[in-house]
Amino acid sequence: MSKLLSSFDSAIEQIEDGATIIVGGFGLSGIPEKLIIALRNKGVKDLTVVSNNCGVDDWGLGLLLENKQIKKMIASYVGENKLFEQQFLSGELEVELVPQGTLAERLRAGGAGIPAFYTATGVGTEVAKGKEHKEFDGRTYIMEKGIIGDFAFVKAWKADHFGNLVYRKTARNFNPVVATAGKVTIVEVEEVVGIGELDPDEIHTSGVYVQKVLVGTDYVKRIEKLTTANA
Amino acid sequence: MTRQLILERAVKEIQDGMCVNLGIGMPTLIANMIPDDFNVMLQSENGLLGIGPYPQKDEVDPDLINAGKETVTAKAGASFFDSAESFAMIRGGHIDLAILGGMEVSETGDLANWMIPGKMVKGMGGAMDLVQGAKRIVVIMDHVNKHGESKVKKSCTLPLTGEKVVHCLITELAVFHFTDAGMELIELQNGVTLDEVKSKTEADFTISPSIEIRA
Repeated sequence: MSKLLSSFDSAIEQIEDGATIIVGGFGLSGIPEKLIIALRNKGVKDLTVVSNNCGVDDWGLGLLLENKQIKKMIASYVGENKLFEQQFLSGELEVELVPQGTLAERLRAGGAGIPAFYTATGVGTEVAKGKEHKEFDGRTYIMEKGIIGDFAFVKAWKADHFGNLVYRKTARNFNPVVATAGKVTIVEVEEVVGIGELDPDEIHTSGVYVQKVLVGTDYVKRIEKLTTANA
Repeated sequence: MTRQLILERAVKEIQDGMCVNLGIGMPTLIANMIPDDFNVMLQSENGLLGIGPYPQKDEVDPDLINAGKETVTAKAGASFFDSAESFAMIRGGHIDLAILGGMEVSETGDLANWMIPGKMVKGMGGAMDLVQGAKRIVVIMDHVNKHGESKVKKSCTLPLTGEKVVHCLITELAVFHFTDAGMELIELQNGVTLDEVKSKTEADFTISPSIEIRA
């Protein structure tokens, strides 16, 4: 049975207002750009979006902000986005800032059936407020909860028809943990190969986590900060 | 130039064979100053251990960036991994050293470097994880703010990134170490007097015997 679909629009058909969507990517690298555009076009509102960043004003998750589709954002760093600032200050947008490692681990835990875990990250800071504190071997930790999303949007480099995934370089970032944490995980890739064509040793994410696979074309892969040698 | 002075002192914290995380902004500049004969692996928390130099124009790859979202390369021996594993490295104590920028440091080694109340909050990124997880935390910053007020405080006034997490503070005036016994001045930058450091430091600190002799 192949998980490969041809239409981005039909792949996200079941997403309704108020859904929680976890989105892979770091900055604009490794973001599921075609799925985000499809979601923008669908226009569903009041979304809770979990992602390390929130795109820039006119690209990535910034497109959903521009269209006022996001009610709550859970992220670690949102500094690249003026629309975000406007909507946050006007009270349209709710924000939960989570330390980056805690965010990654909350997704990993959610996908692995671990409801909560303890970490030293955030102890003694605003992040710790209202959270359970516990001491292990003389050091204080706080409890953080796993995150599960109604949907997960993932960008990988290659997939086979079962949904086994291979990522490329640092475009991997949050995508593997995001893939595990969605009730429905939808993946877009640059290339699909037949089952058996990926070496089992090279697969980063097992297809067990993946429900739908789409192939995107003409990837923009916008660069946020182009830096070159001797520049 | 004060920035150059701070960076030149900070690079001396890096030893051959270390795995090091350099914070975004000023700390990133230290990468170019590491001695060529050192085998140092720089970690980027978006999933790369072994950051190489910036790419030539024809090598630029949007799938290969550092935590500051700059295009980079991967050096020989580098590895890629996902964000959860990246922070497992950090939180699990596998990164030898993190060099981070600071807004305020207190005499007990508290660090504030992620938000200023009343200004737009950008987020802490990986800073709170790094200060708790890396084996050694070095903070580099200007000694005073633009109003001439000490950024080396009795206690931080800005929201904390971590409590009692700083091991070493390097400014354009001096270098301090932090232990359970408190904060100790261990070096004066070239041409700086003990009196100047005292007058520009709000925090209480002890003075290393080696400095008493020089002063």
